[in-house]
Amino acid sequence: MDSAIKTERTRKMVATLLLFAAVFAVAFIFLPILTEKILVGIVLLLLAGMLFLSNDSARYVCKRVLLALLTVFIIAAITFFAMNAIPGGPFSKEKAPTAAVQAVLEARFNLDKPLLVQFQLYLQGLMQGDFGISTKTGRDIAVTIFEKFSVSAMLGGMAVLVALVFGLILGSVAALNRNKLPDRAIIFFTTLFVAVPSFILATLLLLVFCLQLGWFGVWSVSSPNYVLPVISLALYPMSYITRLTKTSMLDVLSQDYIRTARAKGVKERLVIFKHALKNALIPVITYVGPLTAYILTGSMVVESVFTVGGLGVEFVKSIGNRDYPMIMGTTIFLATLMVTMTLISDLIYKVVDPKISFE
Amino acid sequence: MSNYSADMIPKKRLLSLQLDVSKFEPASDAEKEQHETMRESTTFFRDGMRKLFRNPLAVISLIVLLLIIVTIVFAPMIVPYKYSEMITINGTRDRSAKNLPPFTYSQMEQEAIDNGATIFPHIFGTDELSRDYFIRVVYGARVSLSVGFFASLIVLIIGLLFGSIAGYMGGKVDLVMMRIVDVIYSLPDTLMVILLSVVLDQVLGQSLQGTVLAALGTNMISLFVVFGLLYWVGMARLVRGQILSIKTNEYVLAARALGAKPGRIIRKHILPNCMSVIIISTALQIPSAIFTESFLSFIGLGVQAPMPSLGSLANASRQALQAYPYKLFFPALGICLIVLSFNLLGDGLRDAFDPKLRR
Repeated sequence: MDSAIKTERTRKMVATLLLFAAVFAVAFIFLPILTEKILVGIVLLLLAGMLFLSNDSARYVCKRVLLALLTVFIIAAITFFAMNAIPGGPFSKEKAPTAAVQAVLEARFNLDKPLLVQFQLYLQGLMQGDFGISTKTGRDIAVTIFEKFSVSAMLGGMAVLVALVFGLILGSVAALNRNKLPDRAIIFFTTLFVAVPSFILATLLLLVFCLQLGWFGVWSVSSPNYVLPVISLALYPMSYITRLTKTSMLDVLSQDYIRTARAKGVKERLVIFKHALKNALIPVITYVGPLTAYILTGSMVVESVFTVGGLGVEFVKSIGNRDYPMIMGTTIFLATLMVTMTLISDLIYKVVDPKISFE
Repeated sequence: MSNYSADMIPKKRLLSLQLDVSKFEPASDAEKEQHETMRESTTFFRDGMRKLFRNPLAVISLIVLLLIIVTIVFAPMIVPYKYSEMITINGTRDRSAKNLPPFTYSQMEQEAIDNGATIFPHIFGTDELSRDYFIRVVYGARVSLSVGFFASLIVLIIGLLFGSIAGYMGGKVDLVMMRIVDVIYSLPDTLMVILLSVVLDQVLGQSLQGTVLAALGTNMISLFVVFGLLYWVGMARLVRGQILSIKTNEYVLAARALGAKPGRIIRKHILPNCMSVIIISTALQIPSAIFTESFLSFIGLGVQAPMPSLGSLANASRQALQAYPYKLFFPALGICLIVLSFNLLGDGLRDAFDPKLRR
């Protein structure tokens, strides 16, 4: 590669990365004091950036962030209006309070205002991290979410790590031993694992290794045992990543530059790690968004089976209890997380892959 | 040199390399026959089927699927129990027939058999409400398979219509339609399924009573609604991409030059050429719908109570996991077999029919 082009590309990449960093830093600083005015300002700034910036990558970043903001807004709108379509209010119980009490309660929770105003107030609350109050426990939802999410994040993070590391290793091994025994064994098992729903896998693991063999203790707050939950959460994405890596690795290995490298006498280890794996990684990056979504929804199941006290269990519980504010808050929180991860993976993908143009 | 013909060829000179025409003679009919095509010409479809039947995994999964379908169609005619029926002996409820292991009889049944009555064996035993478990699993497989099938059908129809219109019209129409797809695509689908299930459960609950749909339950209806609203976007993208690439072919240009209307061009020239890709991805959609259904059953948003689905059966078995592990085993095996077969069949179809993989 021409050195001038190379430095030019590096410069562009650094600039784009700095831009991401700036956007996320601004987002984190302003999150606690975010009001609708600041948000409108940010949106206008991004819009202007999308229309008038000369740099392609910067325009792309603006466009992508705008789309993500729009998505979060749409999710909040769907959640809010869908929940409001449910007949009956939070205070319509069998033992109805008196009209005066009801009026006071409705005024307290802004239920006496028109729907659109309620939505606006709800959005304002969301921006400042106020998700409302659970109708079952009466606790602040934001506090519950962040408290429980730390457990889920720990579990999910470990599962992501396991899935990525083992998926990449197994996928590369399969690609390098194409049609030999390791390849066949790996593909056999990954095909099998993709066909097992996570709750069945989790239940089977619990039954065999926890209840029958007693190798692992049951989860408790004092002695958390992450092994089985992480395995049951990670197996499906690991299988997927393995297959993805294998295909892209095979694709890369048949490229001319690999043959050139080998012909020049580059060591096989170097060929695989420096030339092949680096390029085979690119498709895996696009899987990060779906992976997050899978881990977050999968953790609902896995946490319930292993009775891990995380956000997933809390969400399932709130569905059973018909605790609408809690369902709304958790849905919006999880959805925002997924949208953010997809955004990050998309941006990284564009930066890393030289073949993709920004328009 | 262009007006050369056989009788104008100059006389052959010595040492010339020119062919002597007089040494040739016309081919006889028998010789001409030898040049006719040795093999019957095959169509695209027949060639694909031949390839598919040479793939052992695809054939096995096809056989497994056919066996499952035959079982779920004919087993209810042979087995004299209903999925919601508690076991009775001569009109009295058999209370001892709870939680029987496979192929055993309860005390009352044993007495009845000793008195000369014939009782159909409980192939998978009975459940905690003394219902025959085999027939419940069969009905569960029926429900799961039909959910998968109809959900994929909805996705196929909507995605096909939307994608082919956007792809064929191109320009501004395409731009607007694809922006809609982009926004819907970025919504986290599982969360939206949960949300809409919760909402529709309450909204539709009363209005469905007394109709055919009531037996299916609001949760399944909302599952279909969600598939109709959200999951079609992947299919629409696929169809649009296919059409965009096929649209530029010469035969489409020829058809347009001959004055064919857009509808005819889409139906007669474009769709048949991208059908294989569409069918493959529909086949792969079925297991994902079955997964979603079983996931919803797990978090308590599945089919209505007496009606079983494989997911809800597996979930119910967790109540007494250690005492009756076979209750988890049978529905779990059912789900895994169905999903695995569809995955393998889909892979086989892709290998056989995808034009990009053909050599």
